[in-house]
Amino acid sequence: MKITRKDFLRLSGLSVLAAGAVRTFEAAKAAGQSAIRPLRGSGGAPRKQLAMAIDLRKCRQRPGCDLCMKACRDAHNVPVIADPRHEVKWIWNAPFAEVFPLEQSAYTERNYTGSPLPVLCNHCDEPACVRVCPTGATWKRSEDGIVMMDWHRCIGCKYCMVACPYEARSFNFVDPRPYIEHINSDFPTRSMGVVEKCNFCAERLAAGKQPACVEACPANAIAFGDSSDPNSPVCLALSASFSLRRKPELGTGPNVHSIV
Amino acid sequence: MRDRVWIYSGLAVFVAVLTCPFWYALARAHAASRPPQLVLPANQTQCVAPVSFMRASHMQMLLDWREDVVRRDDHRFVAYDGKIYQKSLTRTCLGCHSKQQFCDRCHAYTGVSGPYCWDCHNDPRHLAAGVTPEAQSMRAGGFDRTQSMLSHFPKLTTSSPTSRQPEQTAAGRTP
Ligand code: SF4
Ligand code: SF4
Repeated sequence: MKITRKDFLRLSGLSVLAAGAVRTFEAAKAAGQSAIRPLRGSGGAPRKQLAMAIDLRKCRQRPGCDLCMKACRDAHNVPVIADPRHEVKWIWNAPFAEVFPLEQSAYTERNYTGSPLPVLCNHCDEPACVRVCPTGATWKRSEDGIVMMDWHRCIGCKYCMVACPYEARSFNFVDPRPYIEHINSDFPTRSMGVVEKCNFCAERLAAGKQPACVEACPANAIAFGDSSDPNSPVCLALSASFSLRRKPELGTGPNVHSIV
Repeated sequence: MRDRVWIYSGLAVFVAVLTCPFWYALARAHAASRPPQLVLPANQTQCVAPVSFMRASHMQMLLDWREDVVRRDDHRFVAYDGKIYQKSLTRTCLGCHSKQQFCDRCHAYTGVSGPYCWDCHNDPRHLAAGVTPEAQSMRAGGFDRTQSMLSHFPKLTTSSPTSRQPEQTAAGRTP
């Protein structure tokens, strides 16, 4: 068959258009899939994600209580540095207006002034800190969703501190050792120049124990467990009461809940 | 050929001067060749791997353990003889060995001051022996930040990571 120059040009144009259309269609299909992606995990059983629910109603019964924070400091060699610029925090008390700024009212102010309101790293579903870390020193553990840190790998660039919307990370501006009253030899201290934060007691979980704060609370105010298991303590606590999460509108998917 | 004796003796002196650093080093090495006096654990006869392997590759093994524990949550080490150990510097290694009489002595002898394990990891024996001087002064009231900052300068210059611990500074360089 003889093909004219005009036919040839027409055919080439049509094939380019067709190829383009196929690619566009494939891209649109992929985008559609990711838009309806389930919250976590991909099909089958939902992915395990450890979570915590802190019952502030119980905390309010014990003004000035800081047993969970003390237990954490002792377990993880967290230094007590008075200078707020150098302070190191794993689990700490914050004012209600700072934790839930949009929920603040005259009543919350009255109810929460002077009563403990523990906050900690939220081990987010989509941790901003992990996205920015240039060294892989912090990552989300796929087995249980803990946002882990490898202090050997942290170069102290503090990107993660800027990225975390909850101020859950602290930088060691000074050697922390002199500020630790009793060093627990079983857990490392940190050195000057690295960032640290709550690790959901990964080392205690590995030994089959509960997190130190959970164990220390005399009021059993902290429920801990797998949020994908409806019978876990955390799910039972959350399904029985109303709870808040910090800044969920940011899309980080925090996994620490406060029962108010 | 009258100057032969001068020429040869001059050459001999020249060669001697040229090679004297080598002779000096040899003599020194001979004098210092006493191996470090390592104190071996009294309660054990066998390490987690044969001595030859540990001597050559303990650093690689520690790095592997570190990756396994921190990154893979894998704490179980099966030794070559089938024994199970916990992958832990503090519990397993220091459970038998003394940091000061084993690790430090060999590292000082070989001049290996690189690894900064002890910036963060703790020596339980050392902690049991007493609190750090800084902690004491802090508890006595009035911990001086300037002092604490100053105590870091030797660390920066000599890269001796444990300069804050008196015994170790006395023992010279520490791993
Ligand atoms: S709370 Fe902050 S540090 Fe913790 S996982 Fe979320 S973004 Fe990261
Ligand atoms: S400070 Fe450390 S953990 Fe944070 S982003 Fe930098 S390297 Fe990563």
